Amino acid sequence: MSNPELICPAGTPAALRTAVDAGADAVYCGFQDATNARNFPGLNFTPDELRESVAHAHAKGAKVLLALNTYPPAGKVDLWRQAADIGARLGVDAFIVADMGVADYIARSHPGIRLHLSVQAAASSPEAIRYYCEHFGVKRVVLPRILTIPEIREIRKEIPCEIETFIFGNHGLMVEGRCSLTNYLTGQSTNMDGVCSPASDVEYARHGDGSMSSQLAGFTIDCFGPGEKAGYPTICKGRYTAPHRSEGYYAFEEPVSLNLSRLLPDLIDAGVHAFKIEGRQRSKSYVRGVVSAFRRAVDDIRAGRQANIADLVALTEGQKQTQGAFETKKWR
Amino acid sequence: MSVSAGASTLAQRPGQAAVSRLACLLVQPLLSRVVRKIARNHLSLFARLGPHRSTDFLIDPVELPFALHLRPDPQALVLRAVPRDAAPRAGAVIRGRFLLLLELLDSEEDGDAAFFSRDLEVAGDTEAVVRLRNALDDVDGSIAEETAEIFGPPGRAILARLRRAYPSEPEGHPFP
Repeated sequence: MSNPELICPAGTPAALRTAVDAGADAVYCGFQDATNARNFPGLNFTPDELRESVAHAHAKGAKVLLALNTYPPAGKVDLWRQAADIGARLGVDAFIVADMGVADYIARSHPGIRLHLSVQAAASSPEAIRYYCEHFGVKRVVLPRILTIPEIREIRKEIPCEIETFIFGNHGLMVEGRCSLTNYLTGQSTNMDGVCSPASDVEYARHGDGSMSSQLAGFTIDCFGPGEKAGYPTICKGRYTAPHRSEGYYAFEEPVSLNLSRLLPDLIDAGVHAFKIEGRQRSKSYVRGVVSAFRRAVDDIRAGRQANIADLVALTEGQKQTQGAFETKKWR
Repeated sequence: MSVSAGASTLAQRPGQAAVSRLACLLVQPLLSRVVRKIARNHLSLFARLGPHRSTDFLIDPVELPFALHLRPDPQALVLRAVPRDAAPRAGAVIRGRFLLLLELLDSEEDGDAAFFSRDLEVAGDTEAVVRLRNALDDVDGSIAEETAEIFGPPGRAILARLRRAYPSEPEGHPFP
């Protein structure tokens, strides 16, 4: 049985310390700019904060993975190159990349540092993954959340690198790395600016009957009844009406979070090397709760014990959870 | 963009306005002391607020007789108790039970989860709210306990009693 690493999110230095204390093997984070896919206001690290955080993590035996997982707009690659240079200087253990140009730059400029292929690259076939391995020396692929466990097992046999899979968190996958829904309404790009539903374009309105509507760039994307559980204000989780559907319905996906706590033994058996927890935008409370629960679960499985994972449903979007495509392609 | 406090607050009972004003007068000296101390101890949180250091936040603990007006400008810090019917127009409003707000302040609860469950309500400038949340989340330790410490054993006793008075039960749906 392999010994999977637990890869945990951190949006702030305090969250990074919390993740390390809760049992993270590695923490992933990003700078305060468009080079990463959680470019949210008030979130992320300055270079000085990253320096201190890398030192803290290394002192406690944990790794730091720097997310450079957005796509540079044409002619604007310098920001990504500079971020890679700073990360290398600060001693990060790996870069998580999606763009081939960024991967190529790092492979040539910092060949001693591991490259991980972000889920944003949407590499879901052995051929695509092998391409990144052969041309850029990618050591690990973060698989898109659209594969069943038997499919992951087959891919594992055909690729020369490690596999990382998401096990918990936001399940807004669409076609990962290629979603332009936010761009359509706000002019900002999830993939190039690092913002899905930028907070500056989000507004909530409470109505007299206790319902609440969420709007993005002035467009109502959902309306939650009094007491109804809410989700993120993302277009892919919105409810819409259509001429043939007068009641609001989820046209793309429902507000729901991935939770693979029951499938961990199967994922380990399929050859997964690392388990990823989504949620750099979430609080220390979330990081503490989710990381410590999965730390105990992974340790129990490794020791041959039944994993007794804590109930995490209160932390899930819409307070609903799914095993998604990992269980069956019919999840939607 | 600015929003008023009154739109979604409960109708006032007779005499409530007087109680509210008296409560504001009583707690204001404590709030001034607390906010100065917290700001001194956690200077780094202001950087994460960015341009929203000058935003007026209205923090509305629904069961208390007053709301809190916060302007987190390190040069002119404001935290004051205000009767709801006299609250200033705010850039952003954050509303929930008092203990939930206290737990969010200390990252004992997750803001997104509280929003999903509808226990937390936000209005106005969402970016301002997100920045404030992220700034507070980067603070190590407990701001609530720091606040209680300012007032010594009585402060600690009040905080402990508050926490006991609000048992929290996670809600949600298991796997379908």
